[in-house]
Amino acid sequence: MTTLLKVNNLKTHFFTHTGVVKAVDGVSFHIDESEIVAVVGESGCGKSVSQLSIMQLVSTPPGKIVDGTVEFEGRDILRLDPKGKEMRGIRGGKISMIFQEPMTSLNPLLTIHRQLTEAMEVHLDLDRSQIHDRAIELLDMVGISDTDKRIHDYPHQFSGGMRQRIMIAMALSCNPRIIIADEPTTALDVTTQAQLLELMSDLVSKFKASLIIVTHNLGIVARYARRIYVMYAGRVIESGTAKEIFGSPKHPYTRGLLNCVPRLDTKDETRLVPIAGSIPNLVNMKPNCAFYSRCQHRVEECKREYWPVLRHITGLHHVSCHAC
Amino acid sequence: MYFPLKRGLLRKKEADIKAVDGVNFRIKKGETLGLVGESGSGKTTTGKCILRLHKPTEGKITFNGKEIASLRERDMKPLRPGMSMIFQDPYSSLDPRQKAGAIVGEPLIIHRLVRNRKEYRDRVEELFRLVNLDPRMIDRVPHEFSGGQRQRVGIARALAGEPSLLICDEPVSALDVSIQAQVINLLKDLREKMKGLSYLFIAHDLSVVRHISHRIAVMYLGRIVEVLDQDTLYDNPLHPYTRALLSAVPVPDPFIEEKRERIALKGEIPSVLNSPSGCSFHPRCPLAKRECRQKPPDMRLVGKDHEVACHLV
Repeated sequence: MTTLLKVNNLKTHFFTHTGVVKAVDGVSFHIDESEIVAVVGESGCGKSVSQLSIMQLVSTPPGKIVDGTVEFEGRDILRLDPKGKEMRGIRGGKISMIFQEPMTSLNPLLTIHRQLTEAMEVHLDLDRSQIHDRAIELLDMVGISDTDKRIHDYPHQFSGGMRQRIMIAMALSCNPRIIIADEPTTALDVTTQAQLLELMSDLVSKFKASLIIVTHNLGIVARYARRIYVMYAGRVIESGTAKEIFGSPKHPYTRGLLNCVPRLDTKDETRLVPIAGSIPNLVNMKPNCAFYSRCQHRVEECKREYWPVLRHITGLHHVSCHAC
Repeated sequence: MYFPLKRGLLRKKEADIKAVDGVNFRIKKGETLGLVGESGSGKTTTGKCILRLHKPTEGKITFNGKEIASLRERDMKPLRPGMSMIFQDPYSSLDPRQKAGAIVGEPLIIHRLVRNRKEYRDRVEELFRLVNLDPRMIDRVPHEFSGGQRQRVGIARALAGEPSLLICDEPVSALDVSIQAQVINLLKDLREKMKGLSYLFIAHDLSVVRHISHRIAVMYLGRIVEVLDQDTLYDNPLHPYTRALLSAVPVPDPFIEEKRERIALKGEIPSVLNSPSGCSFHPRCPLAKRECRQKPPDMRLVGKDHEVACHLV
């Protein structure tokens, strides 16, 4: 498989009056064609900012992409003018995004028709009636019934799950190569969540697009993602195929994440093991391993040395830890 | 519990919103009953009726041997310390201008549970320690706490009146996964420490509910469709809705997920305003027969502590 998008040593920092927040600090990952990849981590670990950086959607100031490259179709798209024509062609066209809150990411004052066709008018070379037909076809595809009528409805007339389906239709509308889904199912019921994930993985393979799922829920990732990146405090601390990560998690944080959620298939007698402490404040971080203070397996090296580099273990499995 | 639907200039009542419609269950002393269902199934309304935050349209609620559904507010007040609630969102359920100590201590003052300042201070500190918070944090305000700590402040407030029933409405769904475990473990510890404390644990995440509950009631469109114990939920769920809910919960293990069968539910939960005829689940049920469209099923006992409302079981 050929690599479609390659992020290399990405650094996005926020310059605030209390200090520099290194939200993304040297993140590298890639995604192949027709692949589903997951970026996992708790809130504040930099997973969303890393995705927004790809699209050059980080608001400047206070945010700034200070280093790194994003290779897409043979060039570094971080060098493109964020407001320029080329970047606008990529954003929403070749790479599209699905956001977490379907309530806030749709404009309440415009009809679904208006919002769904807007991107197509910009990116596709079609006339109005072709665009209209395509909009109807997309809504059919994501499972909205009575599309002829409902396309003229406003967002408040749809339920949360339906709104997220509309977001998926919007993301697919311009035949993107990559779809970035940022917590696509977090605010929804489990049954709706299952429906939507199934729908997304079907459609991605139908459209031959690649999908990056950003989530904090390791469970949903197990079924759909081929590879996983686990992030903590602005860095990737473990990566590998889903089977490598779930089968033999190496980093104490990854293991912690797996042990702290109750599982449906185990008896309740096992007590949950919470991860001690809480997520560090990213302002003016020390250069050593950011997980140090919460880690059960820390060694002397972890305090003294710089943050460990991602080290190869087996197959595609990489981990960044001194102690394992 | 029916809510009136009022429309138009004169706010004329047009219909009843049957948020909770003929629900029966009991919670034993020291027991945890889990209540699961999708949003809009009436879980929260059920919890609020028990606390008498809503006055039920019909039916009885017996709390410690006393009928409370029809009590006047004045007669209800002395019973209030005995039951309390933990809310979902630790950010909006605490007054941002009040100090943590005052939040936790307010029930003590309202219900006159302490006699003097010293007793008040001691009791608040004791409550802080009970939920593993440092009593030195008493003078902080909510924004100085993390999400998990805030939820613990909310739990301390709920425990102030030494309740025998705690209604936990989605207490962990707004928290990060690593913090969820702390709160779940705390709730389990409290149950051990305070003998006889019962929980009604409302959540939509079946794996969390199964983990903490002794018995689980599954709700759909204002009705309970199945009641079963923790082990039966995984080994032998009978209602098609319970099975679908279970199969929708992901297991964090790709090896197991490969083999798991998934029952996909069609569509979404309908509005209670146009609740389907017969069994309200029939339009989404993969097994629905003609009978299901015509008459609503009754709750039947099918095993030890296992009740189900389905024609096909």
